[in-house]
Amino acid sequence: MFWKYGLFCSIFAGSIWGAFWQIIFTMMGILTFGIPLELNVNQMLIIGLLAGIFYINCQKSISIKIHLIAIFTMTLLVYVVSFGKPYQINESLNNINIFILIFLTSVVTWISINFSLNKMSIGKLSRYDLENFYIKLMWGLGLIIFILITLVPFYIMVMTSLKNQQSLILNPLDFSLNINSDFKTLFNSYIELFTDFNFHLFLINSFFVSCVTVFITLFFSIPGAYALARLRFPSKKLFSSSVILIYLIPSIVLVIPLYAIFSQIGLRNSLLALMIVYPATTIPVALYMLKGYFSSLSSEIDDAALMDGLSRVQIIFKIAIPLSKPAIISVGLYVFMIAWNEFLIAFMFLDDPNIFTLSRGIMSLNSSEVPQQHLMAGAVIATIPVMIIFLYLEKFLISGLSAGGVKE
Amino acid sequence: MFSKFKKKENNLHQKERKLAFLLLLPTIFIVLSIVIFPLLANFWISFKPISLGDLRPPKLIIKENVRGKLTNKKETAEIHYRYRNSSAKYDLQNVIFNDIIPKGFTVQKVKPIRTCQVNERKLTCNLEKVAAKSSGKIILKITTNDNWKKNKDNPKKTKPTSSYESKNILTSFEFTFDNFKKVFSASEFIQVLKVSIYYTIFGTAGALLVGLFAAQILQKSFKGRTFVRGLLLFPYISPVIAVAFSWVILFDPFSGVVNSMLIQMNVIDKPINFFGQKYTDINIFGYLFKFPLALSMVIAFEIWRYFPLSFLFILARMQSLPEDVYDAAEIDGASPFQQFYYISLPFLIGIISILFLLRFIWTFNKFDDIFLLTGGNAGTRTFTVNVYEQAFAISNLGAGAAVAVVIFTFLLVFSLFFIKYSKKEAF
Repeated sequence: MFWKYGLFCSIFAGSIWGAFWQIIFTMMGILTFGIPLELNVNQMLIIGLLAGIFYINCQKSISIKIHLIAIFTMTLLVYVVSFGKPYQINESLNNINIFILIFLTSVVTWISINFSLNKMSIGKLSRYDLENFYIKLMWGLGLIIFILITLVPFYIMVMTSLKNQQSLILNPLDFSLNINSDFKTLFNSYIELFTDFNFHLFLINSFFVSCVTVFITLFFSIPGAYALARLRFPSKKLFSSSVILIYLIPSIVLVIPLYAIFSQIGLRNSLLALMIVYPATTIPVALYMLKGYFSSLSSEIDDAALMDGLSRVQIIFKIAIPLSKPAIISVGLYVFMIAWNEFLIAFMFLDDPNIFTLSRGIMSLNSSEVPQQHLMAGAVIATIPVMIIFLYLEKFLISGLSAGGVKE
Repeated sequence: MFSKFKKKENNLHQKERKLAFLLLLPTIFIVLSIVIFPLLANFWISFKPISLGDLRPPKLIIKENVRGKLTNKKETAEIHYRYRNSSAKYDLQNVIFNDIIPKGFTVQKVKPIRTCQVNERKLTCNLEKVAAKSSGKIILKITTNDNWKKNKDNPKKTKPTSSYESKNILTSFEFTFDNFKKVFSASEFIQVLKVSIYYTIFGTAGALLVGLFAAQILQKSFKGRTFVRGLLLFPYISPVIAVAFSWVILFDPFSGVVNSMLIQMNVIDKPINFFGQKYTDINIFGYLFKFPLALSMVIAFEIWRYFPLSFLFILARMQSLPEDVYDAAEIDGASPFQQFYYISLPFLIGIISILFLLRFIWTFNKFDDIFLLTGGNAGTRTFTVNVYEQAFAISNLGAGAAVAVVIFTFLLVFSLFFIKYSKKEAF
């Protein structure tokens, strides 16, 4: 079977990587230089194929020199195959940028081929080696695709927020930044959001509501979690499982009665309403996560403390809380993120622009009168604090998330 | 001796029980009042003919006017009170109207005399019933007397007060089945059910498969793995409003990057309205079929946003599997696919099925994402969006609550499955 030979694998990997990187770099070129480039998959597919065959034949005698020769030959071939007009663009635009783009495509394609075909023989492969080859290829492609699809919307978000309306309409693909422009023009949307759209208020409101939610949630859930983890009482199992069930109940089922009741008692259009509803939705999650953590602590310390005459309440304050500080911090931050990101309740409850939270404030920007870059600037403002928290405490959060199950 | 010890232990148990109850009390209280009570209230509302406007209770609106000049002593003027029932639907019962007349005035005449009387400068009118939409007038004829002082006495200085009772539709015992009739008989019910099921199944399965793939990739150790792991969680932790709007802008038909790029690269010749087009025709081997575009986009967003969660759980489980199992398999000559199929997959199937059920429930309940992306238009209206649509767009709170009851019923069934399975898996 021809597909079991190393030669076929080299052809396959070479053409796939060539075509793949050609697509990626054409898109990147369009987005960074803001000039129209025509996608031509075939030429790089063929060049990658040739590179693959070349690599598998001379991999035993590979050296820096051969690497360099291969890369420059690939770059040259692109110009030859396209008759000196790669990407079908005009002579005037055919400048150093295009050369760099093609050169980078060649470099990355060559590296990928090296990675995929490393130590592969040209002849027939065993099943093990063959599967390993495909897995490696899928691993490489998958990793890059995952990184790209995750990043692209965020990239668009940030770049759009830094553009101005005319240039966006003129060419939606031009994400090149004018580095010479001053701070004020670059961050114009942000400045306008804070001066004309009250975003400083929204930030303060969101921050305030989220902090109060964290405080109330921890205040309620730490003793509750301790009780569930340590104390013996009837129907404890029922309690633990109803905690999970309650956090499966979605806000959309509760929003109508809450809206009706809060309207009747005149609480609806207020931050207080959010500070009542948010903890109720986060307490079950916090309880569940903290309970898991408390149970993992050895109960012998508690018993020893009881022997020494400490009461249970003292144990909570003097032993359980200090011992589980990292867990409490990660739960607190997680609750902060839930409250910060919450949209539905804030959207339904708040009418007064002075008490908007960020989510509600961004929603109010979603109209045809407000330009796109303002909307995206708002999105960036809402995302940054969450990102900072996340990056700062990634390890905590990941262990917390995977330990306790997650609420939206 | 023994019994004494036992008694003491019992006492301790009782104490512990009490303490546990005390510690859980605040949680129980808040969950009962903000989750369980509204849940019951939702059932209540779903049987009521109630619209958004009914939430504003009917009010008696009173306007006071003075006709005539009050510049000197011994002058006459009229005070006109106009009252009106603010509600167009509900009567006001037992309406009593009060006002205090300042010292410097003497009341000459009251109209209507049948209902109103003045008692020591206090005007009291027993209006009994003010029907919906109706209004009326009370006229007082007054003269300034010797006590009158120019700047001090103004009849408008004292605000009229009133007391009344009105029927509150929320608490009354008026019930109807109309809401459920409306929800189930509408031709869109089947459509909404279908969309909800498609969205839930494909969204859940997609996110799980992509998450499984991502976990396989990150299982291998390489430089920058921690960084990539954090990066892949970005969609999940970012505010939904931020990522949903960046998708909307990314796929915008007029100024979106994707459309411009596809046109630029000659893949399509005119822009596609990804989130606004219900169907697009796709031609496969000459067979034309309708592809639900907007729904697929919403599902794609769901997968993009929630695969990190599955990925995280699956990765955590995979890392708890001892390395030497794979080493042993390697020695036995198992190929990588065989290792995945015979070792990893059976080990992961438990967490995958739990994740599937859990995500299934959450995806079914998802509102924000669809609402922000399409507003429930273009064939993407699920039950959750329908709750909003009925209750707040059409202002029929009762019908919205009825849809919420339908959602809750589904939720209950799914949860029963969940409990049954999670017991097996010790989640």
